[in-house]
Amino acid sequence: MRPVFVNIGERTNVTGSARFKKLIVEGNYGEALSVARQQVEAGAQVIDVNMDEGLLDSKAAMVTFLNLMAAEPDIARVPVMIDSSKWEVIEAGLKCVQGKAIVNSISMKEGEDKFIEQARLCLRYGAAVVVMAFDEVGQADTAARKVEICEKAYRILVDKVGFPPEDIIFDPNIFAVATGIEEHDNYAVDFIEGTREIKKRCPWARISGGVSNVSFSFRGNEPVRRAIHSVFLYHAIAAGMDMGIVNAGDLPVYDTLDPDLREAVEDVILNRPQRTNVSNTERLVDMAPRYKGDKSQVQTANLEWRKGTVHERITHALVNGITEFINEDTEEARLSVERPLHVIEGHLMDGMNVVGDLFGSGKMFLPQVVKSARVMKQAVAWLEPFMEAEKAGKPREQAGRILMATVKGDVHDIGKNIVGVVLQCNNYEVIDLGVMVPADRILDEARKHKVDMIGLSGLITPSLDEMVFVAAEMERQGFTIPLLIGGATTSRTHTAVKIEPAYSKGSTTYVLDASRAVGVVSGLLSPSERDRLQAETRAEYIRIREQYARGQTAKARTSLAEARQKKFAIDWDGYVPPKPAFIGTRTFEPSLAELVPFIDWSPFFASWELIGRFPQILEDDVVGEAATELYREAREMLDKVVAEKWFGAKGVVGFWPAQAQGDDIILYTDEARAIELSRLHSLRQQMDKGAGKTNAALSDFVAPIGQGADYIGAFAVTAGHGEDEIVKRFKDAGDDYSAIMASALADRLAEAFAEWLHYKARVELWGYAPDEAADADVMIAEKYQGIRPAPGYPAQPDHTEKGTLFALLDATEQTGMILTESYAMSPGAAVSGLYFSHPKSHYFGVGKVDLDQVEDYAARKGWDLARAEKWLAPILNYEPGAKG
Amino acid sequence: MTDLSIRANRVAALKAAAKERVLILDGSWGVMFQKKKLVEADYRGERFADYDGQMKGNNDILCLTRPDLVAELHEAYFSAGADISETNTFSGTTIAQADYRLGAQDVRDINFEGARIGRSVADRWNAENPDRPKFIAGSIGPLNVMLSMSSDVNDPGARKVTFDQVYAAYREQIAALYEGGVDLFLIETITDTLNCKAAIKAILDLRDEGHEELPIWISGTITDRSGRTLSGQTAEAFWNSIKHCKPFAVGFNCALGADLMRPHIAEMARIADTLVAAYPNAGLPNAMGEYDEEPHQTGHALHDWAADGLVNILGGCCGTTPDHIRHVAEAVAGVKPRAIPERPRAMRLAGLEPFELA
Repeated sequence: MRPVFVNIGERTNVTGSARFKKLIVEGNYGEALSVARQQVEAGAQVIDVNMDEGLLDSKAAMVTFLNLMAAEPDIARVPVMIDSSKWEVIEAGLKCVQGKAIVNSISMKEGEDKFIEQARLCLRYGAAVVVMAFDEVGQADTAARKVEICEKAYRILVDKVGFPPEDIIFDPNIFAVATGIEEHDNYAVDFIEGTREIKKRCPWARISGGVSNVSFSFRGNEPVRRAIHSVFLYHAIAAGMDMGIVNAGDLPVYDTLDPDLREAVEDVILNRPQRTNVSNTERLVDMAPRYKGDKSQVQTANLEWRKGTVHERITHALVNGITEFINEDTEEARLSVERPLHVIEGHLMDGMNVVGDLFGSGKMFLPQVVKSARVMKQAVAWLEPFMEAEKAGKPREQAGRILMATVKGDVHDIGKNIVGVVLQCNNYEVIDLGVMVPADRILDEARKHKVDMIGLSGLITPSLDEMVFVAAEMERQGFTIPLLIGGATTSRTHTAVKIEPAYSKGSTTYVLDASRAVGVVSGLLSPSERDRLQAETRAEYIRIREQYARGQTAKARTSLAEARQKKFAIDWDGYVPPKPAFIGTRTFEPSLAELVPFIDWSPFFASWELIGRFPQILEDDVVGEAATELYREAREMLDKVVAEKWFGAKGVVGFWPAQAQGDDIILYTDEARAIELSRLHSLRQQMDKGAGKTNAALSDFVAPIGQGADYIGAFAVTAGHGEDEIVKRFKDAGDDYSAIMASALADRLAEAFAEWLHYKARVELWGYAPDEAADADVMIAEKYQGIRPAPGYPAQPDHTEKGTLFALLDATEQTGMILTESYAMSPGAAVSGLYFSHPKSHYFGVGKVDLDQVEDYAARKGWDLARAEKWLAPILNYEPGAKG
Repeated sequence: MTDLSIRANRVAALKAAAKERVLILDGSWGVMFQKKKLVEADYRGERFADYDGQMKGNNDILCLTRPDLVAELHEAYFSAGADISETNTFSGTTIAQADYRLGAQDVRDINFEGARIGRSVADRWNAENPDRPKFIAGSIGPLNVMLSMSSDVNDPGARKVTFDQVYAAYREQIAALYEGGVDLFLIETITDTLNCKAAIKAILDLRDEGHEELPIWISGTITDRSGRTLSGQTAEAFWNSIKHCKPFAVGFNCALGADLMRPHIAEMARIADTLVAAYPNAGLPNAMGEYDEEPHQTGHALHDWAADGLVNILGGCCGTTPDHIRHVAEAVAGVKPRAIPERPRAMRLAGLEPFELA
């Protein structure tokens, strides 16, 4: 998974860990290596190695330790951060690492010449570099000094040394707060504000820092220190901090902190005005001793079903998704049988079979099944220590092992997670590799774990190609296990036409949704069913391919020249396009509470495979009850999301003077409309529609050159900052239900943000409909003036236009969103698109396009034909390569 | 007409040619020398007549003792259709030649003469046929000692050499190749990326000290089906670790035949925003250590790579002959070279595995 915040392991640092220092001083390198290994296992993505200690020959210790680390594949798989204040130690370290390391650090404290010399050497050895905000005057303390030094260093590195800006990391110095010295009170704020400004002024550069410094004055009280780190990071990350030296996996989540403690810490970190007659520092010092230990309270309840047998109680808990008593019931069951395994194979599987039957017969629905899984996981977790203690214990029999992954370039995984949970409920072992997983890793892991089946998921169209690639690699590498395909962008036709033929040695099956997954998987793993099922699927796919081939030849297209003749003609004579309130970009960070009224709930139910329009779905005869319960819990979580700010919403919007030129839209730098800022490319419908109908392209909605002075808008919004952490927290706790719920809500909030911003654009920013009422139903039905089409969707199916959009908006810098190589937005809970204002602008689908348009489009984009065919693959009306 | 006697023009011509077609590298040298059935006296020549050991098997020494044979091989590969031929200097470092107890001067001469022989053959071709220029790549091979791997099973931290020693050895080789007139550097059959990084640093340092900028081609070796280099890196980690030298080309050679190498080349084709080069062995060796893959088989397999847009440069490694190269050259003639992909800007680091922060 692409990290939002990079944890750098700090335990292999003699200045930060007394234990590690002792091991190194004593020459106990074997034990010291296990410290490194633990960190990687705990999730450190980079390992910081520091040997700066007076008692040590630091250079020799660095060389010895790095050479030993190189021999440990479990540790050496991650990059190293070579950390020393002495250049000769750093250079000795650089001579020991084959990978690309990070040097920590260099600075201008000994003047520019030395700085340039060391930076150049980093470039020669092939390393990224941490630059300390330090010059000949000293370490930067105020935000202004941090910014000044970092920007100066950046210019020297980029302009004089030729250092790649993306390989520069600034450490603007984290100093201790709450020291009792008033001048120190603003240090955290200085770091946070400095970070924000440095990120703005130094494109592509990153921000890092040693987090533990900030809480130095609370040494000895680890719970309070961790709370300080958590609060500090929460604000620093929001300001743009990318990585930090922290103890991986040791931090409490910001919103799980005790509210009193959090407030006190926040007052200190943000240097807020004091609330009482004692200073913020004193207040925190006073309250700190209370938090040395921590306990959560126990709930009790007495219900009728508790009177049943333990078997009945466990089944009830599973079917109803109640975790409250599952530990005690599981324990009772364990004591009643010979081996703990018997509880799994007996009580729990019996209960899950009931769940499976109810689900299969349409009496239970996905949200409920996922909650059952949560109960099941908790029960198994209870039993695990007992099973491990049972030395002679046989491993648990699983029905099969399935590897799942969202393919490279794609970040969406709600559907995949649901499928994973449903399979687990049915006693399949699921190995979930997460999102953005390259083919080689999928296949390596498949071999390593000897899986019975591979399931691929993806949401955006470029993922379709990636799936074909994975299938082809499976073929080439001699795999024969079944391949499953699923995800919003996939289809039975694409699977049959493109994926299945690439993998002739095994079977490929398209899985429509989670409720079909168990049937398909159990069938493919059943010795008696398998052959018949595979033969049926194969025959079906051959039929689909034939149909598809016939359909292909039948679809008449009109030539691009003719289609242009039949463009969607707007009468521009005398039309005065509305003028936006500003030219350029503006950012927005609305509170989540503002976005809630704009949520469209229908797709939320769809993501849980409950189909129907909201709010009627709540009254539905079949799914109404499940939908109502799901909605109640969703609103409950949403209240928490809003109150505790689980997700960060950030968006940017921009407007520019624009005129159409053919099928392109030219954006100008200013009202003079002389200098071209950028160019958007659109695709034109080519279906043969007959007389009187038009062949539209998005460029038809903008006034052509020579007509009235028109404009175009663009936006990119996300509500997904922080989602990964929240989801991980739930998953780690075995609570997939809440994890999926949180993801689904983040998605809804992002969509709501897009609606909110579009509304704001219509009534205020562009202002062409100042009197429009804020009515959610109107918006959901898209009954307002103007459209907001997104690249990758039917009106402009080319995802790469998102690259232009992001560049125009400086979206990565402004919102923290990035585009993957397949042009998926990350965080995944994100929306971007263009704004068109003309009353006649409307949504349409481009449909299939012919070679003449693809060639024309390639020429306009400055691509060769092959590249255009790659990105337009889903909408080609012909077989690429058939030309000439 | 450009004057190809000027090195900068040749470098420009090389870059231009790479845009137009799939370039062809030569094939194996070892197998060709084997076929000559050379005897100890061939290897010793006059210069080492009194050598007190066995020189036979030290193919690089032939640059000094049988320059005629070396020139003949360049000639044979150019005739077969190779655009680029490598100097016969694969083991031309003081470290690799220590087995033969050769001193610094002898090693320098191997590289200098090796480059000059190649240069003179290529110059003659270029004079006759300037439209289709031939290029000489200075071959910089691996060492029998590795900086990332232990030299002692009982001590994982042990190393037989230091980075500085490896750097010094490569630096001498590179300086001599440069003076002898090579058009580009080919660091090849890389088993340990850290050794390669020492060679890269030597090239870049010499450039700072006044060398003209010559293209660098980096060719790693994936040793087996694990899909990793001998020192344990994946293809992407390898690329992240060496891309700071802004290589002219990157790819893999040796160890594997075309079928087993393909997924790794495909991966490199997807991630590297520079030319991708591949020169596999003629299949895997048989029980006798000989390579059975027929020239037309190699030609067929590599044609598919080119047709699928995976490569910009093709050639052969162990077991391939001028006949193999001829088949490859004919098979890919007219096939469009791979288009170089644009990759989004991101911090890309590596341990044994890649790390990306975009």
